[in-house]
Parts: sequence; structure tokens; C-alpha cells
Amino acid sequence: MSLTDLDMRAGAGADLILRRATVLDPVARIDAQHDVVIRDGEIAELAAPGDAVAEGHEEIDAEGLHAFPAFFDPHVHLRAPGQEHKEDIETGSRSAAAGGYCGVLAMANTEPPVSTPADIEALRTSARAAASVRIGFLATVTRAMQGEELTEMASLREAGAVGFSDDGLPIRSARVLRRALQYQRLCGGAIALHEEDPELSGAGVMHEGPVSALLGLEGIPSISESTMIARDAALAGYEGGRIHVQHLSAAESVEVVRAAKAVGVQVSCEASPHHLCLTDEEVRSLDPQRFKMNPPLRSESDRQALIDGLRDGTIECVATDHAPHAPEEKEVPFEAAAMGVTGLETAFAALHTELVIPGVLGLGLLVERMAGGAEPFGIERPSLAPGSEANIALCDLGAEWIVGEDGYESRSSNSWCAERPLTGRVLMTLAGGQVAYRLRSFSLGVAA
Amino acid sequence: MRHLLSIEQLSKTEIEAILDRAESFAEVGRRDIKKVPTLRGRTVVTLFYESSTRTSSSFELAAKRLSADLVSVKAAGSSVDKGESLKDTIATLSAYEPAAIVLRHPHAGAAELVARWADAAVVNAGDGKHEHPSQALLDVYTLRRRLGSLEGKRIWIVGDVLHSRVARSNLIAFKAMGAELTVCGPPALIPRGLEQLGCEVTHTLDHLGDAEVIYALRLQRERMQESFVPSIREYAAHFQIDSRRLGRRQLLMHPGPVNRGVELSGEVIDSPQSLIAEQVASGLVVRMAILYELLAAGDEPAPAHGNGAAPPTRIGQPA
Repeated sequence: MSLTDLDMRAGAGADLILRRATVLDPVARIDAQHDVVIRDGEIAELAAPGDAVAEGHEEIDAEGLHAFPAFFDPHVHLRAPGQEHKEDIETGSRSAAAGGYCGVLAMANTEPPVSTPADIEALRTSARAAASVRIGFLATVTRAMQGEELTEMASLREAGAVGFSDDGLPIRSARVLRRALQYQRLCGGAIALHEEDPELSGAGVMHEGPVSALLGLEGIPSISESTMIARDAALAGYEGGRIHVQHLSAAESVEVVRAAKAVGVQVSCEASPHHLCLTDEEVRSLDPQRFKMNPPLRSESDRQALIDGLRDGTIECVATDHAPHAPEEKEVPFEAAAMGVTGLETAFAALHTELVIPGVLGLGLLVERMAGGAEPFGIERPSLAPGSEANIALCDLGAEWIVGEDGYESRSSNSWCAERPLTGRVLMTLAGGQVAYRLRSFSLGVAA
Repeated sequence: MRHLLSIEQLSKTEIEAILDRAESFAEVGRRDIKKVPTLRGRTVVTLFYESSTRTSSSFELAAKRLSADLVSVKAAGSSVDKGESLKDTIATLSAYEPAAIVLRHPHAGAAELVARWADAAVVNAGDGKHEHPSQALLDVYTLRRRLGSLEGKRIWIVGDVLHSRVARSNLIAFKAMGAELTVCGPPALIPRGLEQLGCEVTHTLDHLGDAEVIYALRLQRERMQESFVPSIREYAAHFQIDSRRLGRRQLLMHPGPVNRGVELSGEVIDSPQSLIAEQVASGLVVRMAILYELLAAGDEPAPAHGNGAAPPTRIGQPA
């Protein structure tokens, strides 16, 4: 599947030159200073610095700025249909563009859940009308996410569903998941899994450990996640199916995925910026706005295991699990608050600040993982190779900013990064060949 | 002290200041007229989202003994029943410009949130399974009166620690006062990682004889339905404090209400070792001391005048 198969608002292809940008695309083996020439929404040429001829098109002085392949997020909640007070396709895709993303995959746990071909068609129509970046839609694995009967997976694929997920809920029944994996042979489409054993999670609201013991909050043990991954990896191996494990949070889970890959199971997985940057120590503040999500923030050793997994490729990609919520769902005590935080606008900057600057992760590796969410779903990854559609994140790695100080593109403000100082900022995003985002203050610095 | 949200926030010195204040109120309590004018003209709101006998009644009486105007709101039968959010309820009650809000809520951190929203001093009268600081203070007060100091004293907390805010607050408070803590109960009822808070964890009463103080916790009868314990009978067989297990020189405490025949046998409740009735009596003076420390202690250096708080020299004066 090509990126261009995903939907977005039609518009004029960009014509511009990013003059003297530091161009970094590890997968395409590009790492040098270039004039990036974009014509009619396509990367026409990576010229020697200063060599490109403007031909009357806009030029941007990108000296000292980095051009990366724009990012791809396989896990966002755009809340449409049904919860447009939290987010919708327009605001969610704008939020993605502001974070340097050219494409996202929208989860199906809407109201009602995306379970029919008509649902998929309606969403694709909306995306063609309102989306600033390319959006792929997932459909639920089971009807209305009840975990009992399969959706019409083949018809959903024909209608354009990129894959399937009951995200928000695990598929309790091993039998049901097995049937879905069998049916996948017919219809294709990765099955993305929210892995959690409801019996072990109970009414848990945070990671089970010393902090939950101190706070008297019910814990969600790490094994709630890892035991389900082990079960589902075994099912996928047995049926030859293809699964994508969502938002890994625990060290045990990384181990289970690594072991499954070693024996040839077709399993990919993702980790979220908040799990890579924070631990359950943050929950001491009892602030649900920033620190309540599922899976929960875990211990420092879990965080280190995720970083190791990202480094050695066990974890293919970063996914934000962008989960907007209205203030009234978060301005309540921790236990009563909704789970989830927003993250699209800050993912790259946060990981750059917390992992790249301290030397934990190389910049190239981060850039690779930020766009690594496409391939597990059979979508080609964004590239800066000449001839590609222009999907570019232009970043100033030295820019310092405070998250939320200028508000958010998202309709919701439950950012886990709220009020954090970050270093590194997306100044401009090209998505699907169009200028999808430009930081307001940055437009003042444009060279003529 | 601006609010009393947790024991964790208090230093040993701050705890002792409250206990010393409580001692002076105990003296007032022995007089014919037990009321002082300290909080005259000021309003105390008690807002209880959970049922409570001891805590609510003692806070209410404490406020009255200090001459405050009292508004007590129970969630049942109030607009909370009609779906009003905590934030809106606080905004409504704040219109009365209360000096203090005493809050009992089923969720951890509720008092902290209210402290952010309201101008009043906030007293956490129990937030979920998190903390119950006034209970811990009255327990330390009770023990201090009996033992002089808690330094080096061996205290065992026995029972359902997982579901107990009292256990958490007391663990922190007893440790702050220098005691050595052992926590004992069925494994599923001891939170994972608790030992990292600086206590011993054991699952049998074999060495209960080492304890100088035994603090038993309530076991809710429903716990066996969730398989935390197989049965009440088996729990009692292994963890009940009875006359066979309770030594003559050991002290016995319980936050109440007691499940007779479950965590405590009937005879130990009424034994000379039991401090349970003293704990309830301490509750009143300690809660008076808490309200005083929050609302009046800051006024101490100021000269006494008509409205509002009075300096400590006037504590003894009848209203």
C-alpha cells in the first residue's frame, strides 16, 4: 500500500526550496546538507547547497535546520464520530501536522465504533474534506468491540480499512482472536492489539509497585500486559497471522515480543513517548491530566527496557496513542479521571529532549522510529529520496519552548508534556505534498 | 500549615505541635464548659462523600467546641446525588467563604484537588485508600500518652493493608515518630512493594510476641468474594487477634468499626490492653487541634481582638 492510498484534503502541491537544510533520512541513506527542491508536491531534487534555482518559487532559509522524513503515527484517537467535543478529523490532523507527522492511523473505538464498511466510507469522505495529513482508518476486529463476533473484515478492507483493532479493549477470547487471524489470510490487514488481561488489571488505575502501594491506588501489574502478548504471539505463530502489539509498557512485554520474533512470529510493536520518558514516580502528583493513561507509566527498569527495545529494533516504531479528553473528564480525582493523554504535537520534541540530547538514543535512530509506524501496516514509509511525495518535517533542534504556552492545535489540552520545557521544534511540515503546518512565528523568518 | 492533606507532608516537629495542642484541649475537655471562642464567626464545612461515624461526628463536635459555625454536607441527599461534580460542589460551598473544608471522598487525591480549587484550609478526612491523616494523628496521640515516646517501639499493623488508608497514614506517622514497623496480613492484602516504604512484611503472626503495640485493621466481609482470602473463617484462624495471641503487656488498637469475631475476638476488644475507646476520645481533641493549627495558630503573634481567632492564652477561657 502506498502512502497516497491514505486520505487527506486535496490541495495544490507545494513548490518551494529548503535552502541548505541538513537532510537526514537514515533509511534512504541520506545525511548531508542540501537544497531540497520541491515541485508540485514532489521531492524533485536534493541539490548541492546553494545550487537550486528558485524559478520564482518560495525559498526557505533552512541553514541550521533539519529536514527529516515526516513522521507516521500508527496509533491516534481522532474521536470522530461521536466525541467531537474532544477532537475531530480536522483538529486531530492539524495536531499531527504540528508534530511533524504526514500520516496517522485512526483507532476505531469511537461512538459508535467503526465496524461497518459504511463507517469507513464516511470517515474517508471526511478525511478528504478536512484532513491536513494522510489518515488511514482501522476498523474494529469484533462487532461494536463486544469481543464476540467478527466484523465483516473482507468488506471493511474493500471499503478501505487499513487494518483492524479493538484498541481501548483487549480481545478477551483467544478463540475470537484465533478466528480473526484465520480470516486475515483471506482479507489481509494487520491486527493491532491492546494487550491487557482484564482479570489482572481489575479496576487498576496505575502501575502496580511501590508508588501504588504508597498512594493506595489499585495497581495494573506488568504481567497483565505481557501474559496477553505471550498468548497472542502464540496464536499468531500458530495461525501464521500478522499482529501489531500496541503501546508496549513493561519490560516483560519487550522480552515476550523479542522471543516471539526470534522464533519467526510476524509481530511488530510500538512504544509511546510518555512511556519512554516518564515513570510511575510522576503519579505521586496524582495529576490525571498528564499522568493517567492505559497502559500506565511504569518503573524506571521498564522504561529502560523500552529504550533498549527501540534501539535494537524489537520495537519498530514510536506511536503517541494520542488520546484527547475534555477538561471535565480530567478535572476530577485521579481514580475517576479518563485514561489517556495527547502527544502528537510533542512526540518528536520530547524524545529529542529526553533521549537524544542526553545521548541515550541517536538522532538517526529516533528519526527512523518516528516513521516506523507505516510498514507494520503494509504502508511504505515516508522517504526523502528524490521522486517521493513531499513528506517532510523541518525542525530546529536548538529551539527551546514550553509546551502549551501558545495553546494546542488539538481540541484538547491533556498533554502529558504540558508546561514542560522542550528543546527541538517542528517549524514546518509537508504532508502529502502540501504544506500542512507552519509555526506562526517561523513564517516571519522566511527568506525571500 | 495551610492544609492537612496527608501525613507524608508533615515533619515530626509539625506532628508534635499538633499533639501538644491536643493536650491543651484535653485539659479544656475536663472542664464543665467545654467550649472555647477560638473560631467564633468562622465557618467550617464538613463534606462527606462516604459514610462515617467517628470521623464526621468528631470533626463536627471539634468545630462546635471551637465555636465555629458548622455546615455539614453528606453526599447522599445532596446535589451530588444529582450528578454535580466535585469541582462545582466546592465552588458552591465556597460561596459561604468557609475557613475550612473537611473532606471525606472515595478517591485518592480528592482533598489535594479541593485545596487547589478553594481558598479555605482543606482537611483530608480520608481520600480513597490513600490517606487518613487525622486518624494517624489521633493514634500517635493515644500512643504517646500511654508510652511517652514512640522512639524504637515495635508496632505491628495486622490485616487488610491493601484497602486501608489508615494503614498507610499510620505507617508513615509511626515511622516519623521513630517506631519500628512490621506489617502482617495475607499476601494478597499486602500491597506489592510496600516494604520499600521502610517496614518489615510478614504473613504469619508467629512472632507477634515481639510487638509492643498491635494495630489491627478491619477486614470487610466481601473480601473473600474477590478471592483475597478464601474465607472469613480461615482469615480469623490465621490473623485474628484473640486472648491467646494478645500478650498482657501488649497494647491493642483498631480504627473502628470493628468486625467482632473477624479481626478481633470479642474478649480482646474489652480487655485492659485495648486502647480502642481511648482512640475515639483522642479523636475529638486531636481534631480540635488540627482545626486550631490550620485556622488560628498563624494568628498567635497578633494581639487578641474581637473577631476571629484568639491567641492560645485564651484557650482555657469559656466562651
